[in-house]
Amino acid sequence: MEIDRPTDLATALEALRQAPDATLLAGGTDLMVEINFGHRRPEHVIALRRVNELQEVDGTIGAGVTWARLEEGPHRALAQAARTVGSPQIRAAGTIGGNLGTASPAGDGLPFLVALDAEIELRSAAGSRRLRWDEFLTGPKLTALQPGELIHSVVLPEEIPARQEFGKVGVRNAMVISAVMACVVRYEDGRTRVAVGSAGPTTLRMGRAEEMISAEADPSAAALSEFQRLVSEEVRPITDHRSTESYRRHAAGVIARRLLERCLR
Amino acid sequence: MTTTTGTRIRGGIGESVKRPDGIPKVIGNFAYASDLAADGMLWGATLRSPYARARVVRLDPAAALAIPGVQAILTQDDVPGRKTFGQITADQPVLVDGEARFWGEPAAVVAADDPETARLAVAAIDVEWEELEPLVDMEEALGRDEVFRYAPVRRGDPDATGTVVVEGYYEVGMQDQAPLGTEAGLAIPDGEGGVDLWVTSQWTHEDHDQIWRSLDLAPDQVRQHPTGIGGAFGAREDMSLHIHVCLLALRTGRPVKMVYNREESFPGHVHRHPARMWYRHEADADGTLVKVEAKIILDGGAYMDTTPAVVGNAVYFTTGPYRVDSVQVDGYGVRTNNPPTGAMRGFGVVQVCFAHESQMDRLAEALGMDPLELRKHNALTTGDPLPTTGQIIETPLPTVGVIEQLAAIPLPPPLDSDDPRRLPGGTGLTTTPDYVTRGVGYAVSLKNIAFSEAFDDFAEARVVLSPSGVEVHTAAVEVGQGMVTVLQQIARTALGVEQVAIVPTDTSEIGSAGSTSASRQTQMAGGAVLEAARAVRDLALEQAGGDDLTSDGVWRAGELVMTLDELCADGPISHHTRFRHPPTEEPDENGQGDLHADFAVAAHRAVVDVDAELGLVRVVQVDTAQDVGLVLNPQSVRGQIEGGILQGVGLAVMEELVLDRGIILNASFTDYLLPTFLDAPEVEMALIEEPSPWGPFGAKGMGEPPTISSTPAVVAAIRNATGLELNRVPIRPQDITGT
Amino acid sequence: MDIRFRLNGEDRAVDAGASQSLLSLLRDGLGLPGSKNACEQGECGSCTVVMDGRAVCSCLVLAADTDGADITTVEGLGDEDTLHAVQAALVDGGGVQCGFCTPGFVVAAAHLFESNPTPSTDEIREALSGNICRCTGYGGILRSLEGLAGR
Repeated sequence: MEIDRPTDLATALEALRQAPDATLLAGGTDLMVEINFGHRRPEHVIALRRVNELQEVDGTIGAGVTWARLEEGPHRALAQAARTVGSPQIRAAGTIGGNLGTASPAGDGLPFLVALDAEIELRSAAGSRRLRWDEFLTGPKLTALQPGELIHSVVLPEEIPARQEFGKVGVRNAMVISAVMACVVRYEDGRTRVAVGSAGPTTLRMGRAEEMISAEADPSAAALSEFQRLVSEEVRPITDHRSTESYRRHAAGVIARRLLERCLR
Repeated sequence: MTTTTGTRIRGGIGESVKRPDGIPKVIGNFAYASDLAADGMLWGATLRSPYARARVVRLDPAAALAIPGVQAILTQDDVPGRKTFGQITADQPVLVDGEARFWGEPAAVVAADDPETARLAVAAIDVEWEELEPLVDMEEALGRDEVFRYAPVRRGDPDATGTVVVEGYYEVGMQDQAPLGTEAGLAIPDGEGGVDLWVTSQWTHEDHDQIWRSLDLAPDQVRQHPTGIGGAFGAREDMSLHIHVCLLALRTGRPVKMVYNREESFPGHVHRHPARMWYRHEADADGTLVKVEAKIILDGGAYMDTTPAVVGNAVYFTTGPYRVDSVQVDGYGVRTNNPPTGAMRGFGVVQVCFAHESQMDRLAEALGMDPLELRKHNALTTGDPLPTTGQIIETPLPTVGVIEQLAAIPLPPPLDSDDPRRLPGGTGLTTTPDYVTRGVGYAVSLKNIAFSEAFDDFAEARVVLSPSGVEVHTAAVEVGQGMVTVLQQIARTALGVEQVAIVPTDTSEIGSAGSTSASRQTQMAGGAVLEAARAVRDLALEQAGGDDLTSDGVWRAGELVMTLDELCADGPISHHTRFRHPPTEEPDENGQGDLHADFAVAAHRAVVDVDAELGLVRVVQVDTAQDVGLVLNPQSVRGQIEGGILQGVGLAVMEELVLDRGIILNASFTDYLLPTFLDAPEVEMALIEEPSPWGPFGAKGMGEPPTISSTPAVVAAIRNATGLELNRVPIRPQDITGT
Repeated sequence: MDIRFRLNGEDRAVDAGASQSLLSLLRDGLGLPGSKNACEQGECGSCTVVMDGRAVCSCLVLAADTDGADITTVEGLGDEDTLHAVQAALVDGGGVQCGFCTPGFVVAAAHLFESNPTPSTDEIREALSGNICRCTGYGGILRSLEGLAGR
């Protein structure tokens, strides 16, 4: 096994140019599980945790920013999500870029990004490109990342509503993979965005529920119920060893409604 | 003559004496089986069946053997002695014998220079499986007469009738012990054809008696040594890699170490039996129980292990601690292709306690009676016959006492926090207090202590007094529960000498101490140590003509008459004993007889906060009152109770191995959920001390009861909060939401 | 491959295996068995070490990626004669049973107390929610650490 440990972006991209199929290592919290159980034996690793340019949080969020840092802000719902990622030890190591690279439908950081229509900036020695989340997340554990590219940062829109809430439903009260989770954001003009995780092949947006509730300036109890119903209808969950299709459908609607209620307070 | 020392010794019974292994454990140099190493050591790895049932079409190790660094690959053909093993019946092949009968069954073992090479070699073994249809449904297994044990109880008038009848059907899922330390062992060939083994075990002598047979060696050519164990809870009651690692060491002539990873550990040990239980209770209008009928099926998995004894326990404790004149039970342990099941804390009583306590609550509701009043009205006590077997209970049995003392513990204040760490769903921020309903529920349990049904249950110990202090030799295994501390305390109190060391003793140096299970070691190993220590004290007093013994020597009438140096001038004073509890009988054809050595009762009250709309639960507090005979070490007792309760909470709300065609779908700590710090309830406790007739100083074993009635108490509390029937554990969110 | 790091206050040059985790390197390569292997997937905390000021699961750190790091394991926190305050508290407070989770708790709790010497009960519970204990029900651990926090 070869390993590169670049400390700046240019060196990292050059290493990646020379070894476009190298395995990218950030916090290690996903990759190392596969290595430990013998499912992967990378021949060439490029370790990214020393790359300063990936650590920045300003208008964008560097791919190398850990959950522990995101727990501190600046985005309320992302901080709420960050607090639920694995354990404190996982949050000290794992990064938002890793969540994107792994592209699990259960990625805790993804609903916030999806609700805000975030873009993902990819870099390679040849240049950079930005993909909207739905161009980047192409399927369960599948992304549009090409050989020779790395995830540089998450680019959030300029307008980020203050009303934003995240919730994660799991059987255990800490350190749990969600049965279902959601992020709801509501703009001052009533526009509402809802993203649900662990309820489809990728994190999903709830288009019909959004449309319905965005038109309600001051949603009534009936409107909230209808919103819940639409979310339950719109998700596309499966039954597996963690939960059932019908529970996920139900819980997605409930958690989305509750998050919306919190946004409306 | 035996007298007890007048002076209260430091570190004796009744004190929260610190563990002798506490400091090594906090600084990280306590040696667990997985930490052991030897010069020239090889690493073992295991090829396992990928199916619950499959025929081996081809298993050719040649290519794997050719990998540099691979030293041996062994299959069932390489087992020189008895080809099978098993505690009660040797029905499990050492390695797959042509047909794998459960997912993960070992088919071949490899020894290689390093763990990575061993793992690669396993992957390189040329193996072809033909999957066969597995038998995975326990009722279907019963229909096909695949039965490890049928145990009936027929007592009293089967035609007795009550005026109120409640019937119920209950299920228990497959719980895993999930000890933090996985299965691990190191075998070192002795150069003379024999082998020394250090391995995760709860009972070295029982393992030893199986190992030498399969190795085709004389018993004294195999020595099994105690080693550090990272938790057990029943998982080490049956063997795992023991024979494999010895076979590899003997074949290669080199030390071999094997450590299961977590994925292997799940199929690598037995689990708690899943259960299906049909119950019918009949009572008079005043609540007096008239008859209990039950049919109980336990899924024994692919091999027998301790299933017959678990079935016995389930059947004999079908009714719980309540008087009933008519009891009719049919209990079955069946053979399937599910993962093997065996011992887990509570051992068959956990399953039936969930059922009988659910029934008692339903009966109380049908009668319009307070559930605790109903239980007290029927409470079993000393002098009563055990309702199932007719055995007259001689030990103190404070059933009413545990209920009343439990009820006297103040309830926690109402939910007054919106901190997510105190709400169902925890840091997932699923809820707010307005969505939460509180519930309270109670349950009571009765458990036997030590081995039952005419098992020749004994424990050996040797106590050696020398000028440097006391050595206690015993093969009793410390698995984390604190037995070593309690044995020290017993020896100190009995002898009057403060310096006591518990010496790790292998199978060649002393006889069996029995298993560290069945809540038995405090009473059994403790009883042996007490007996031997008292004998040593008597010998010392007799030799010196004294009336008291202390760390200084022998005293007479308040004067030191002989120092320990003088006392031991001709060598240490030693006594070796084999301690037995009162004999027990085999059941007759109706399950009748004096089958049990001792009993203990416990009661639990759970307080839960439930978010019914999402089906999420936070167990706020679980209080208990427990019959412990005598508290030997308050801190240890508290630790056993709190830890046992959390395992019961785990079974109530999250812990289950999920199976599909016999394959475990969640064989990892990511998906087999153990309660975290944020899932742990607060615990308040009341301890009832009424001495056991034969426990050391009156102490009763107390490790299992905390796990038994805590589960139904939590379920009762969730029922109380939701109004739901909830007849299955663990309770899943969808069981509460109905979606 | 050759790496250099600071381990328990000592500069070390060591050989990390391909695909080897830091946990495996510590236990099998450097004779430091205090960090425990119980799940190898970051779900139990038994292998917790502090690396560059962060408490992390050493099973999820690629050993080859530790070049230049400053690592403290349980062995670096105290020894028989000079226990770390957390170690002493757990021994005295009944926070230890089988002990397999204990080194991870020691490191994680020591890390917590470093940044917050007087954590609340809920802060202790959350900060240690990545450390699984199967024996104690967490009661003895909580009382030990509450005592240390002056509660």
